[in-house]
Amino acid sequence: MSGRSLGRRGREWMLALVMLGPSAVILGVFVLYPLGRAVWLGHQRCDAQAKNCATKSWSEYTDVFQSREFQHSLWVTVKFALLTVPIGIALGIGLAVLADRHLRGIGFFRTVFSSTVATSVAVASLMWLFLLQPSRGVLANVGWLQDLFPVIKSPGLLHDPGTALSGVALSSIWANLGFTFIIVTAGLQSIPRELHESAYVDGAGGWRRFTNVTIPMLGPTLVFASVVLTSRAFQTFGEIDLLTAGGPTPQDSTSTMTYLIYGRTSPIKSDAGLQSAVAVLLFIVLLVLSLLQLRGIERRVHYGS
Amino acid sequence: MRHVANVRLESITKVFDGVTAVDDVDLDVADHDFMILLGPSGCGKSTLLRMIAGLEVPTDGTIVIGDVVVNDIEPKARDVAMVFQSYALYPHKTVRANIEFPLKVRGVSKPERAVEADRAAESLGLTEYMDRKPGQLSGGQRQRVALARAIIRHPAVFCMDEPLSNLDAKLRSETRAELVALHRRLDSTFIYVTHDQVEAMTMGTRVAVMSRGRVEQVGTPQEVYAKPATTFVAQFIGTPPMNLLPPGVAEQGDLIVGIRPEHVGVDPSASLRATVQLVEHLGHETLLDTRVGDTRVMVRLDGDAIGPEIGTEIGLDVPVRHWHRFDPATGRRVDP
Repeated sequence: MSGRSLGRRGREWMLALVMLGPSAVILGVFVLYPLGRAVWLGHQRCDAQAKNCATKSWSEYTDVFQSREFQHSLWVTVKFALLTVPIGIALGIGLAVLADRHLRGIGFFRTVFSSTVATSVAVASLMWLFLLQPSRGVLANVGWLQDLFPVIKSPGLLHDPGTALSGVALSSIWANLGFTFIIVTAGLQSIPRELHESAYVDGAGGWRRFTNVTIPMLGPTLVFASVVLTSRAFQTFGEIDLLTAGGPTPQDSTSTMTYLIYGRTSPIKSDAGLQSAVAVLLFIVLLVLSLLQLRGIERRVHYGS
Repeated sequence: MRHVANVRLESITKVFDGVTAVDDVDLDVADHDFMILLGPSGCGKSTLLRMIAGLEVPTDGTIVIGDVVVNDIEPKARDVAMVFQSYALYPHKTVRANIEFPLKVRGVSKPERAVEADRAAESLGLTEYMDRKPGQLSGGQRQRVALARAIIRHPAVFCMDEPLSNLDAKLRSETRAELVALHRRLDSTFIYVTHDQVEAMTMGTRVAVMSRGRVEQVGTPQEVYAKPATTFVAQFIGTPPMNLLPPGVAEQGDLIVGIRPEHVGVDPSASLRATVQLVEHLGHETLLDTRVGDTRVMVRLDGDAIGPEIGTEIGLDVPVRHWHRFDPATGRRVDP
């Protein structure tokens, strides 16, 4: 009896292993092993290829965390996220609300608004590079913009240490707008029409319906958008590499954490150990941040009925 | 405080993308009426209600509430409240916040709102649920919250769009009685859309039967049942519907003869012969489904009647005093 049940359990185990095998292998090879290797490398000092490494202590992580370079890059990254996420979401909501009407030809505008999802970071960055180029750039040579922001002509938005991060943020917000627009549009369309109608009959004007119906009903969508956009902001690399290369120097005003890890001009570019340590710290920062966001916002968000 | 709230619709037409949803409707809803707009789905009854509430603009015609033409007046200025089929409660707000919302929008102070909300909640038995969210309530309770949100404003006109259709049968019949009581207590005009003739017959002081965007007949429930103005009304009201015998079946003439199932008798000696297709014993009544030639004739007998065997031939007695005669061309009633 027990032998038979043991046999059956054995077969179930085998079946489970066969079923789980493929995904376990993929997860192991492409996620867990690299993660483990990065954590391991992080307490070593290596050459650029991680061929020759010398093991240090685990306190290497705290040393890296406390270093001036890391603290600076963390602060730049936080500023970048604070610039891009709220503005990106606000613009996404604005465009989605504008396009959420039954008007002739609205499909054209929806396509235009969502088109940036089909634009690669490289193309978006180059486009903004050309737009903001001080001597020839279309945007940099608009008269009233120059009067309003003299910096866009001299030295140029991306060349002034005080504004370079905003310049990169501009490009990043634009590139992410299509994504935000699409998910907010989907969220808007899932709000029952009667809620708006009921508020309308009860005397609520457009703004009141927006704040009392639209925004609360979009809650889950906005949580999702803010978590994804924050995580994207913390991992932004392409725009910075192409637009400012972490500069302008010596302030390194756009040297974010990913740029510190991977940038061409990064001070740690020739030490795979230090690079890994920063990468692991970035992972931890993002993990904590996402949990805080979900916890903090979820308390105030309504999911379904 | 209370204003006179008769509603008058004059030649109202609504066209959506070339499709006529409401076609030249005239309707007078007297002050304090409980007017039922009754009809099958797609007959234009909800569109008509939405035009009264201000959610749709008529393509043509005039809507008058009180003495004011309201065609171009926003819903909030019409003094109209609306209860939706889906209740349209705000899922993120508590019951209290839901009920208070119309007053909040109007800038009523918080303490005053609370007093009014408590009063509305108490009258509908919602006091203990004030801090819950709609998601934590049953269907019947949600429906009451929607009613409370409507009555808190003391509107002159209540528009209700199938508010009972999401409730189960037992709750529906209880709520019907409560709505009638509410109508008496509030001293307001109710305009109530439904496709359910039972709701129409039991609640309405008057019924407007609609079909294909037009009003077929307006009258008290008794009038509409006893003297249907068209073959559509004859067949839409009553379960089972009125039997319609084509010209030549019951009398030698060119008119359609209608007769209610309860007025048809079984008489072996009668000359009108029918074949029994089905016998339904429903307890309080027995229904015979018979055929006279190709024409279906339903017969309602007492519950304890022993029906004939299926397939047998019986004679049907169709007394002339219960006839309703209709013109086959127009479908309109010929008898006074």
